[in-house]
Amino acid sequence: MSSVSPETRMTYREAIRQAIREALLADENVFLMGEDVGQYGGSFGVSKGLLAEFGPERIRDTPLSESAFVGAGIGAAMGGMRPIVEVMTVNFCLLALDQIMNNAATIGHMSGGQFPIPVVIRMTTGAGRQVAGQHSHSLEGWLAHIPGLKLLAPATIADARYMLAPALADPNPVLIFEHGLLYNQEGDQPPDATVDIECAAVRRSGTDVTLIAYGGTVPTALDAAEELAQDGVDAEVIDLRVLRPLDDRAIIDSVTRTHRAVVLDEGWRSGSLAAEISARIMEQAFYELDAPVARVCSAEVPMPYAKHLEQAAMPRSETVVAEVRQMLGGSDG
Amino acid sequence: MSTTHAVEREHGLHLLRDMLRVRRFEEKCVELYSATKIRGFLHLYIGEEAVAVGAMQSLGPEDAIVATYREHGHALVRGVSAGAIMAEMYGRVEGCSRGRGGSMHLFDAATRFYGGNAIVGGGLPLAVGLALADKLCGRSRVTACFFGDGAVAEGEFHECMNLAALWSLPVLFLCENNLYAMGTAITRHESETDLALKAGGYGMTSWSADGMDVLAVETAARRAASEVRDGGRPVFLELRTYRFRAHSMYDPDLYRDKEEIEHWKQHDPIPALTQQLREGGLLSDADIQNLEEAIAAEIANAIAFAEAGRLEPVEDLERFVYWEPASAEAVNAQGSGT
Repeated sequence: MSSVSPETRMTYREAIRQAIREALLADENVFLMGEDVGQYGGSFGVSKGLLAEFGPERIRDTPLSESAFVGAGIGAAMGGMRPIVEVMTVNFCLLALDQIMNNAATIGHMSGGQFPIPVVIRMTTGAGRQVAGQHSHSLEGWLAHIPGLKLLAPATIADARYMLAPALADPNPVLIFEHGLLYNQEGDQPPDATVDIECAAVRRSGTDVTLIAYGGTVPTALDAAEELAQDGVDAEVIDLRVLRPLDDRAIIDSVTRTHRAVVLDEGWRSGSLAAEISARIMEQAFYELDAPVARVCSAEVPMPYAKHLEQAAMPRSETVVAEVRQMLGGSDG
Repeated sequence: MSTTHAVEREHGLHLLRDMLRVRRFEEKCVELYSATKIRGFLHLYIGEEAVAVGAMQSLGPEDAIVATYREHGHALVRGVSAGAIMAEMYGRVEGCSRGRGGSMHLFDAATRFYGGNAIVGGGLPLAVGLALADKLCGRSRVTACFFGDGAVAEGEFHECMNLAALWSLPVLFLCENNLYAMGTAITRHESETDLALKAGGYGMTSWSADGMDVLAVETAARRAASEVRDGGRPVFLELRTYRFRAHSMYDPDLYRDKEEIEHWKQHDPIPALTQQLREGGLLSDADIQNLEEAIAAEIANAIAFAEAGRLEPVEDLERFVYWEPASAEAVNAQGSGT
């Protein structure tokens, strides 16, 4: 691999910032609002520098009023704007769940299709930073339960860079989940590109087992695949990218080829996205399976502070590898 | 109740007509509910008509309205047809929400009527956002947000009062204080029952008006709306009113004294305006008869329209969960204009 100069590298955080900047430049109806997005530069530094460039009308610091400013984003979208609302973490979005569920997701249908609601709500998700039981959860599965929403989980620099534009162009409310561990991830600056927000992506091709992941678990799945490769097990890694509506076809196509599946999900196992995916595989590809679908999820505890406990609670590549080995051992004999 | 506000004949008749339209429409809804034509929850506006009718005088077609689940009257006075409202309650495709909303979720993009919200306080953030869109686009519009005294206890109320005042957003907050949050009296749900005083704590101009006097409501709303429109900042108006009927058709109304209800019925806004117009020589028996006949015909037509309405095919059950470009024509009236 050739060495890459720093100018051609960027972080996930910078990719999102560039996406927001590009959206602000492209459409005067786009604005960003949320807690500390302006003068502070974003609680995760995503919007640093944007206030100076775009001013306080378009980079709006809000009070700590999640329900009011998320609802205001929904209302502004109904009034013709294209708001980007930043919620500091998925745990805080619970304070705005009334607006997300009862208004954003519902008014379209409840009004007989009279109002597009082109709001984008971004939030940080996930564990791994020792911020304990009120800042670390992965509640994507809860939100993916709700018809009327679209959910995106960028796991790569390219998706972080290019998912925002189609999300803003979408006439439906779109939630974007940014995993906190990915912000510092570096990658090659992606070429000018567009990405779709309908399809899952194969991040690694393989023939023996399908590892299905999203967001922060994609690197975990890729690590597991590397380790399995050393045993001669060829794992395919699917990055869901879109958590609602799910790309069933990509999942089923892969499982039909590999005949085995492990679903990674940083959400809790009970009632999880992993449970939903497992059920869909059962419904649509039961006779293709050589082994029961396995799930690697977070332990069913509020995320603990102590590092070793937090690591034990999160989905780990060793667990994925162990699941696959057991699965292959079982099918071999 | 005596009123100190003068009124011209045509305008007086207009106000009386709209209050009677709401009253008669609601009375018919009771009958249709009993006849099981209308189902689900049904919250009647009887007694409170002066609030919606008076307040709506201050708004133009460019303005937006966000209302509550007790919103038949607001929709009707705003200009949503009685037929579209009735068809909605019949669950028909011709309803103003295609039968997917029902009594509590009347929507109409063409008249900028943004519901119909059945989460108490849930409409306030939407109103703040609609006003934010207007401010960012430099449009001189008012978003009128109706809510009850019960909403004042919700966190969303306080968040939105703060945000609207902080950002100087053109929202006209119209608190319909009917003294009860469903069955809980205001003295049992508010630490401070002077709601205008409470709103003033957010640095917002606020005052109270007699919500049983349509002319007093209109005067207050016109002043408030022009302050919102010209000053580009929110105003809070408390309109003191009373519902004569129970909270909903399910409510046995055991928490209020009959004497209290009878007392408030003495302040019924419709006889009050009728009497004032008569005393001023502005209203004849023939006028009243004409109004009643025209309203009866309007409601009869609305019922006929609803009865003749179509039921949505079940195959279309999952439509409109996500935006359909085909329904875009319904949206031309909102948002993008200047």
